[in-house]
Amino acid sequence: MAPDTSTVPADGGTVLLVGTMKGAFVVSSDAERKEWHVGEPHFRGETVYSLAFDQRGGRRRMLAGTQSFHWGSVVRTSDDFGATWTSPERQNVRFPEDSGLALKNIWQIRPGPSTDPDLLYCGVEPAALFESRDAGDTWSPVEGLLNHEQRPRWVPGGGGLCMHTIVLDEADPQRMGVAISTAGFYRTDDGGQSWQPRNQGVRAQFLPDKYPEFGQCVHKVVNHPSRPERLYLQNHWGLYRSDDWGDTWHDIANGVPSDFGFAMQVHPHEPDTVYIVPLESDEFRVVPEAKLRVFRTRDAGGSWEPLGEGLPQHDAYETVLRDAMSADGHPSAGLYFGTRSGKLFGSSNAGDTWMEISDALPPIVCVRAAVVGSA
Amino acid sequence: MAITFALPNALVPYSGGRTKVMLQDRCRTVGDALGALAASHAGIVDRVMDERGEVRQHVNVFVDGENIRFTEGLATPVGDDSTIMIVAAVSGG
Repeated sequence: MAPDTSTVPADGGTVLLVGTMKGAFVVSSDAERKEWHVGEPHFRGETVYSLAFDQRGGRRRMLAGTQSFHWGSVVRTSDDFGATWTSPERQNVRFPEDSGLALKNIWQIRPGPSTDPDLLYCGVEPAALFESRDAGDTWSPVEGLLNHEQRPRWVPGGGGLCMHTIVLDEADPQRMGVAISTAGFYRTDDGGQSWQPRNQGVRAQFLPDKYPEFGQCVHKVVNHPSRPERLYLQNHWGLYRSDDWGDTWHDIANGVPSDFGFAMQVHPHEPDTVYIVPLESDEFRVVPEAKLRVFRTRDAGGSWEPLGEGLPQHDAYETVLRDAMSADGHPSAGLYFGTRSGKLFGSSNAGDTWMEISDALPPIVCVRAAVVGSA
Repeated sequence: MAITFALPNALVPYSGGRTKVMLQDRCRTVGDALGALAASHAGIVDRVMDERGEVRQHVNVFVDGENIRFTEGLATPVGDDSTIMIVAAVSGG
């Protein structure tokens, strides 16, 4: 089948990379974001948990962590909006043979700080952090975390022992954080050589000790580049904020219908504006009251407001997973999320109103949004 | 005499476009044969075996028609003219 080139957006246009259980889709629009085009699937039949669009260093590079049910996982790249993708001869994310570990899945691909445009990270299952210093072609494990003394006591969550979130500090490239289910949040201050658990105040509902040093089932952590020390955390039960890069956490579940959920996204221009999609409970992982609502805080968790205009408000038994929400960088911020039932929604006014972009994709596990030509 | 690897279409990109790869090496077991294959076609073996050297969960390897899961695994003997067939397991969703 000929490569699909019909979704190449112009500079200033909007691109969504959508990872699903059966392939990836490039969805595009102009800056107005009223009409959308859904391209043909890439990696047909493969699961795509991780996607990134890296525009640093003059590139326009898409990266995809693809998982074949049979043949393993690999990071592929495309410099032509998906018309062609690399197919590495060797699987480029590999554990050392003496580690006793084997790669299951690539959960998140994260471009590194703007000061180092060839540096990228990926978080994988079993929980480990890999880095690439050639813009995503080759990868090596971050040894300080691979050999962490607490690793033998990390326990897989329902989705496996996955490192699903990587949080950077644009002001200090030596500092970064990672989230592991179920090990909690870990931070390095020395460029990855050493890592410390930073979970004080985060509840572990499922353990006899509700506030252990590590072992929390953190679902997502976000921050804003302009205020990197302020972190927001969606836990497996619990919604938290830290103002000191994770040293301490405080409950911010003020007025939300449930503090259980996965997805979390910070506003691209406002560090105190954050979006979540609460789910009813651990046992019933669908939106409360069968109303699909995004909740937004504009005061760093002091209060939350429901946003449902344009979203189904009846019989909506929807689930939004941890990496299935994203924001673009337009002046009027775009917010996007996908559901496990394959519906893709977007807002071009920071969540005030929503539209359905597609209603019949495969189950969505990852959404990444960007303005083309905006590094 | 040569060992023949019969490949599924999914692995053809890593075999130079061929569905069969011939191996002249003398090998006692299927594990030896996969090790020899890795020297010339690492991309194939990466997809058949994980970093621990284990056949991936949803991949089946047949030696002369027998699934090695039901024989001696990677220690299953191979002859000089054996055919080793690699097949994606019937699984998925």
